Amino acid sequence: MEKFSKLLSSAIPLIQENVDTDQIIPARFLKATSREGFGEHLFKDWRFDEHGEPKSNFILNDPVYSGSILVAGENFGCGSSREHAAWALLDYGFKVVISSYFADIFKGNALNNGLLPVQVSSNTLRELLEAVQLDPMTLIEIDLEAQLLRVNEIGILEHFETNLYKKTCLLNGYDDIDFLLSQKEKISAFERKHIEF
Amino acid sequence: MGKTLFEKVWDNHIVDKVEGGQEILFIDRHFIHEVTSPQAFDGIRKRGIGLYDKNRIVATADHNVPTKDQHLPIKDELSRLQVDMLTYNCKEFDIELYGLGHKNQGIVHVIGPEMGITKPGMTIVCGDSHTSTHGAFGAVAFGIGTSQVEQVMASQCLLVQRPKTMRIIIDGELGKGIYSKDIILYIISKLSTSGGTGYFVEYAGSAIRSLSMEARMTICNMSIEMGARGGMIAPDETTFEYIKGRVYAPSAKQWGDAVSYWSSLYSDEDAIFNKEYVFKAKDIEPMITYGTNPGMGMGITQSIPTTKEVERPDNLLQSLNYMGLNPGESLLNTPIDHVFIGSCTNSRIEDLRIVADFVKGKKKADNVQAFIVPGSKQVEAQAKSEGLHDILFEAGFELRGPGCSACLGMNEDKIPKMEYCVSTSNRNYEGRQGPGARTLLVSPLTAAVIAVEGKVVDPREYLNQDTFV
Repeated sequence: MEKFSKLLSSAIPLIQENVDTDQIIPARFLKATSREGFGEHLFKDWRFDEHGEPKSNFILNDPVYSGSILVAGENFGCGSSREHAAWALLDYGFKVVISSYFADIFKGNALNNGLLPVQVSSNTLRELLEAVQLDPMTLIEIDLEAQLLRVNEIGILEHFETNLYKKTCLLNGYDDIDFLLSQKEKISAFERKHIEF
Repeated sequence: MGKTLFEKVWDNHIVDKVEGGQEILFIDRHFIHEVTSPQAFDGIRKRGIGLYDKNRIVATADHNVPTKDQHLPIKDELSRLQVDMLTYNCKEFDIELYGLGHKNQGIVHVIGPEMGITKPGMTIVCGDSHTSTHGAFGAVAFGIGTSQVEQVMASQCLLVQRPKTMRIIIDGELGKGIYSKDIILYIISKLSTSGGTGYFVEYAGSAIRSLSMEARMTICNMSIEMGARGGMIAPDETTFEYIKGRVYAPSAKQWGDAVSYWSSLYSDEDAIFNKEYVFKAKDIEPMITYGTNPGMGMGITQSIPTTKEVERPDNLLQSLNYMGLNPGESLLNTPIDHVFIGSCTNSRIEDLRIVADFVKGKKKADNVQAFIVPGSKQVEAQAKSEGLHDILFEAGFELRGPGCSACLGMNEDKIPKMEYCVSTSNRNYEGRQGPGARTLLVSPLTAAVIAVEGKVVDPREYLNQDTFV
């Protein structure tokens, strides 16, 4: 997993709420057996028509917007547990997703892959979406160490919550398996006294 | 202070607590399927480590499998590769695989319970969000991502944040023609698609107690559709009776001890839930969804909300535009193109019995393509032995082999663009059943009645007085 500490980037505003993982990556593209290459199919049916032509009304196809931050409506990532959704966002080039609410499994998957979910208040989300739509070059700064989101142009400075353990993992590029493997003795000791039927 | 059912099971599996409030949770059973496991096996190989315990893993192929001609090689090259990869991985790591052609093959959330692998008090995970199904037995069961599949393979543990607790009580008696699918669609319509996020739900109350195991599984299955981490129901006589005699049930010698332990798994009277909802069974109608997430559901005689009745009219209009429907209209009499009965939500023997009981001696409407996909080879065999296959065949239903089928547009079974599919599955997202497909989620009975009538109708108007309880 790549390390993450700070990011300063313009953003892409996706105003839809309840964006589910079937939209992020439709099931018919889950057939790969590696983690690479899913970016091509990110938001496939919103991005492309049935002939494979880009749909001009979808935000990722609007050349005005660019950047490695996705600002999305409330309850991002609901539905299927497919980690492919996080892989597709990363592979496409996103490093941060900002929303006012994330679905649990998606949030965990994102953190396990070095994609940072930043949860902000509904007000801040609205202000961010408006600011980015008004000026696509608006720069958003994410400082994981300080847990701060900053947009100088519009005077936003917001603290965001993140799990301390997960934060350490992201800052250092560690993953959970390294940690769990180091706990094997404790796990075996637990298993010896664990009763199950 | 007392504990909730969830806390009793969860606490019984805590190996240790770590920085930041994360806990190391021991996992008793790990189900895997072909879609979310290949990258995890790959990770294990790259790290040069083995599995913690191969005997705690159970594998099946379900998402990619065709439901026709299952004895032939899979036509789609990528699907075949994924299924072959699972076979290869299970062989290399010596994992029990219920693959295509095996007499126990089927949808992972159907075969676990029917073989008696799923038991009260267990922790169960799978790289699949509908793992919550197994909570019907009083297990803590939830879906995980592929990195976590790898974690469990490597350490038999997960590093997780303890969820909050929620109890949803449904009291009273269900009306005629109302099933557990209607209960859960009703709950999700009240709580929304994100109302359960961060919570582990316990379903309780007299209406829940009266349900069979199959019906309880339908409810727990869809917990994720309101964002909940999982859902569970305290085990009782119905649970013990279901498990007894199954392949992996405790032996006769252990049975008494098992039941006495399982009987301790309930929420204490003074246990505190972070959130609680109470609903009345008599308020629940046959439900149907009209939009593009499972929270967009209503009683079948009600009308789609108007833009004035919702917080985000733009979202409503976007959904209805996709569905080809209008705000404020009723769905009654809408012509239907397909009826799909299947998926990990509603493909068990009881579901097939409900459908067969209604369609017996009737014919499906000419404008409808109706197909039934049993959840497992065992369900298929049972249905045949009870004569259900003949009844369904006579009624014009197509009968397929087991698999996830048209629930997720990943295999050959897809619904064509802009066509309406009344479905007993769990998700009505845009494109879920195929690009441009329009899904209306309902119970198996409602699906059966609609298949016969060819349009959306209130199933209660078609019930024979004597047939249904």
